[in-house]
Amino acid sequence: MSTKLELERVTKSYGDVVVLDEVDLAVADHDVVCLIGSSGSGKSTLLKCVDLLLPIDSGRVVLDGDMISGPDVDADLVRQRLGIVFQSFNLFPHMSVAENITLGPRKVLGVDPAEARDRALGLLGRFGLADKADDYPDRLSGGQQQRVAIVRALAGGPELMLLDEVTSALDPELVAEVLGVIRELKDEGMTMLIATHEMGFARDIADTVCFLDQGRILEQGPPERIFGEPIEQRTREFLERIISAGRL
Amino acid sequence: MDLDRSRPPSAVPSLKRSSERGARSAIVAFVSTVAFFGAFAVVVVNSEAWPAFRNQFFNGDVFVDAWPIVVSGFWLDIQMFVVAEIAILAFALLLAAIRALRGPAFFPLRMLVIAFIDLIRGIPIILLILLLGFGLPALRLTGVPNSPLFWGVVALIISYSAYTAEVYRSGIESVHPSQVMSARSIGLTQTQALRHVVIPQAVRNVVPALLNGLVSLQKDVALVYILGVREAVREAQIITARSFNYTPYVITAVLFLLISVPVARVADWYTERDRERRAGQS
Repeated sequence: MSTKLELERVTKSYGDVVVLDEVDLAVADHDVVCLIGSSGSGKSTLLKCVDLLLPIDSGRVVLDGDMISGPDVDADLVRQRLGIVFQSFNLFPHMSVAENITLGPRKVLGVDPAEARDRALGLLGRFGLADKADDYPDRLSGGQQQRVAIVRALAGGPELMLLDEVTSALDPELVAEVLGVIRELKDEGMTMLIATHEMGFARDIADTVCFLDQGRILEQGPPERIFGEPIEQRTREFLERIISAGRL
Repeated sequence: MDLDRSRPPSAVPSLKRSSERGARSAIVAFVSTVAFFGAFAVVVVNSEAWPAFRNQFFNGDVFVDAWPIVVSGFWLDIQMFVVAEIAILAFALLLAAIRALRGPAFFPLRMLVIAFIDLIRGIPIILLILLLGFGLPALRLTGVPNSPLFWGVVALIISYSAYTAEVYRSGIESVHPSQVMSARSIGLTQTQALRHVVIPQAVRNVVPALLNGLVSLQKDVALVYILGVREAVREAQIITARSFNYTPYVITAVLFLLISVPVARVADWYTERDRERRAGQS
């Protein structure tokens, strides 16, 4: 199995605060890698650095054999190959659901509007949103908005999906519908890098779980091992806090 | 109102009472308005100075003579207003968009725009009209119009664009940065993100302020009278200078009011509706 994404000694800091500290990470084709760790451990920054929304200070990011970090890279071209979904949905409020989804394909890939809409409707149908195509985002529930955001990220045909705590802003009863969509993507073989606080979900879906602590990947391995027999003291402490909060 | 709030909510009877109270206060307001302005009118009309006042400002003969001339001048005001407003909305948006571009490559352009805005906003508009309206035709440049009317309108466009660009800028800054991030993440370039995601939302956020500028410009087009352009104020001034009567100015004022009051009402209505829409959203 080949490697889809590879991070080598990636470092990122804001002023004196080191957010990512020489992170090494590999995501194999069709694998799902979950990043866990407390808030501020660098999960979100890592995803945004991969999507080139934030510049890294040093190290390299390689996507399917292509070096995508550094000054000579056309970031807009790289972002077309990646899909990212944010915690707060960030749909465009002045556009209908269908327009949100087709904007990228129409403007970036030059897809014919009618064709882009057909594809968008197909994707919406697959995720139970066919009747929402012409609604505006403020008419949708949080769960529906987040599913639309996922469809929008998929519309460009990404090689890799980056999901940044996509259920953290949702009411508890809406979390399942979004996680369902992600499970479907995994079943279709989508490669995903997921930052999440949903430990049960991470245990179910991940091929590899990485525990981030203070900008470093402290330990990584299959979910059974990370959740069952964590080696590092800090991983154990983190998991105990999660368990005592009733979240695992 | 405060008293009402402290009462227990016994909805039906209190609703009935309040609608009765509403009807009674409407009658009181109507009667007192008629009585007040009626008394005021009686006093004014019976005062010693009234005949002279009426002759000076509301002279029937002068009105009949001046009306068609002032109206034809006012038609020019409306034309200047429409042309200038369209140019201002477009040019100011371009200035604001350039100012919003990030990255070192755009630094000189950004500086140029900021300098332009600061400079223009620092000059009295009447001075700009005099400078361009008299100054540029005097150069007798070939290839550009040499009429004071043309350059007067250009001066209005330049001056108002500097202000309007700042209005747009406040709208652009009111769009949350996560919208830009989201737009870039689906592969849009910086300018595409501005054009398709930021600016549509920004413009929507500043429509009330833009309408306010519209009301203001509608009156300020009259400033080009100083170049000798024969719009309404200039025509009125010419007749007044001949007849020593101020009725033409009153005609001009009424004509401007006919446009500006409805526009102001529409602006208020839209602003209110917009406020309710936002309140409903959050």
